[in-house]
Amino acid sequence: MKWKFIEERIFRVLMHCSLWIVFGFLVSIIYTIFQRGCKILTWKMITTLPGGGFYIGGEGGFLNAIVGSLYIVGASTILGLLISIPIVFYLNIYLSSKSKFGYVIRLAYDILFGIPSIVYGAFAFSIMIYFGLRASLLGGIIVITLLIIPIFVRSMDEVAKTIPHEILDTSYSLGATKWETVGVMMRQIAPGIATATLLSIGRAIGDAAGVMFTAGFSDRIPESLSQPTATLPLSVFFQLSSPFPEVQNRAYGAAVVLTIIVLILSLSGRFITKYFSKNKI
Amino acid sequence: MIALAFTSLLLVIGMGGGLFAKSLPILQEHSLSNLLFSSSWHPMKGEFGFFPFIMGTIWVTLLAIVLAFPISILVAVFLTGFSQKRIWKLVYPILDILASLPSVIYGVWGTLLIVPWISRFFGPIFVEYTSGYTVLAGGIVLAVMILPVLISLMTELFKTVPEELRDVSISLGATTWQTAKFVILRKTKAGIFAIVALAISRALGETIAVLMVCGNSAETPHSIFNACYPLSALIANNYGEMLSVPLYESALMLAAFLLFIIVLIFNLSSQLVLRYIKTNE
Repeated sequence: MKWKFIEERIFRVLMHCSLWIVFGFLVSIIYTIFQRGCKILTWKMITTLPGGGFYIGGEGGFLNAIVGSLYIVGASTILGLLISIPIVFYLNIYLSSKSKFGYVIRLAYDILFGIPSIVYGAFAFSIMIYFGLRASLLGGIIVITLLIIPIFVRSMDEVAKTIPHEILDTSYSLGATKWETVGVMMRQIAPGIATATLLSIGRAIGDAAGVMFTAGFSDRIPESLSQPTATLPLSVFFQLSSPFPEVQNRAYGAAVVLTIIVLILSLSGRFITKYFSKNKI
Repeated sequence: MIALAFTSLLLVIGMGGGLFAKSLPILQEHSLSNLLFSSSWHPMKGEFGFFPFIMGTIWVTLLAIVLAFPISILVAVFLTGFSQKRIWKLVYPILDILASLPSVIYGVWGTLLIVPWISRFFGPIFVEYTSGYTVLAGGIVLAVMILPVLISLMTELFKTVPEELRDVSISLGATTWQTAKFVILRKTKAGIFAIVALAISRALGETIAVLMVCGNSAETPHSIFNACYPLSALIANNYGEMLSVPLYESALMLAAFLLFIIVLIFNLSSQLVLRYIKTNE
């Protein structure tokens, strides 16, 4: 047999191996998390606040972290949507596709998307110190909003760019202003908005480095914006760094909850994209 | 809307400027070369040598790229040249889920599976004793974390190669692998470099996962079985206590600034190359 056919065989095997390695990693992660966490996780852990001596093995659960994460993720997703939708309209309706300004703005969002969340966290924390603010729910919401705006803008912009120009031209030729054409575009980018929202929620709920200093940690559910808040990833992280095995075990339980939330978000993304695509041309 | 779009640019500049301003006090006290190349880290005595942390970051990041690059390139070549469309439908959800898992989950997986595996099975083959919390553990976890972005960007890149070029190569008697090697990889060389740079920038900023598996001792690693302490982990670990020690805050801000600049350079150059490729398609 010629060498090139042997080479082809070898690489075909290698490619199959790589594909299986990627698949194996996913299975191994999910299996490890569930296998360790499921036997520990109880309903009570999800529905109660940490009791006294929680971090040395006392009674209680991590409801504080679940609610804290929901507060931060909910508020920052809504804020992020409100801020990023106008930006996408501006980039795609008010600016021509060859605009230099648009190029620079898009580049800026790509760069912001790449900046690590620990840098966001450090930057926001130094600003908070400057203004004399302490770690709080508000701080966490602001950092996470800043963190997910680039995701919103990038993924909605991807979809908006693919809209055929004829649709917008038709709208203009019927006498609509640019502002009225926004409604036309809104329908077209609806699937983009849906997937962008899910992507952002996924990133927002999993982020730990950004909220570490800005939202702090607390055993109670915050009652106002100025109180510190626990979050699910940090709850896993802090409990795992405890020397007590009971506390570490609870971290595995919290990890299962976090994984389930992320898996649901990731899988539902596919269905939602399909549902919202019905108006798309 | 213009104002909102403009804030992205301001945020990039403001973040760089703000972090730099915050790190000025330490730069006035010590010379930059002293800070970067000294390996004595004793904040209490006022000695801030970043060398171990910079080396830790470089070791972990390089190892992650070395591990992830061959796998991702093989998978991407396989998806674009060898497989049917049917396989894509199976692979994309896997990449989606891998990309959406929070870094703290990767960290838990690393401590539960990778760290014990290194200390019990893999480490003893090469060295007498290792705790498992090593450069290698960090590298493996990071490699899995950057796999999805590497694979999906490379698949997109390989798709930009015109179908005619493949067909010509195949019709001249080249095997599929030869086509991949001599046509596709050669044609997309610049793009592959850009994607690797982008993956490096992603890996550099990863915090919680590496923090959990790298061992965090402020020594310069000499082999992959030593513990290390990347810059991002340094910032995350020391934020709580920094306010009481003079210059400590400034030192950590310098670490964040270094991270910001390195990520910015890698990110910006890769974005510019990828955009150039896209427009010249």
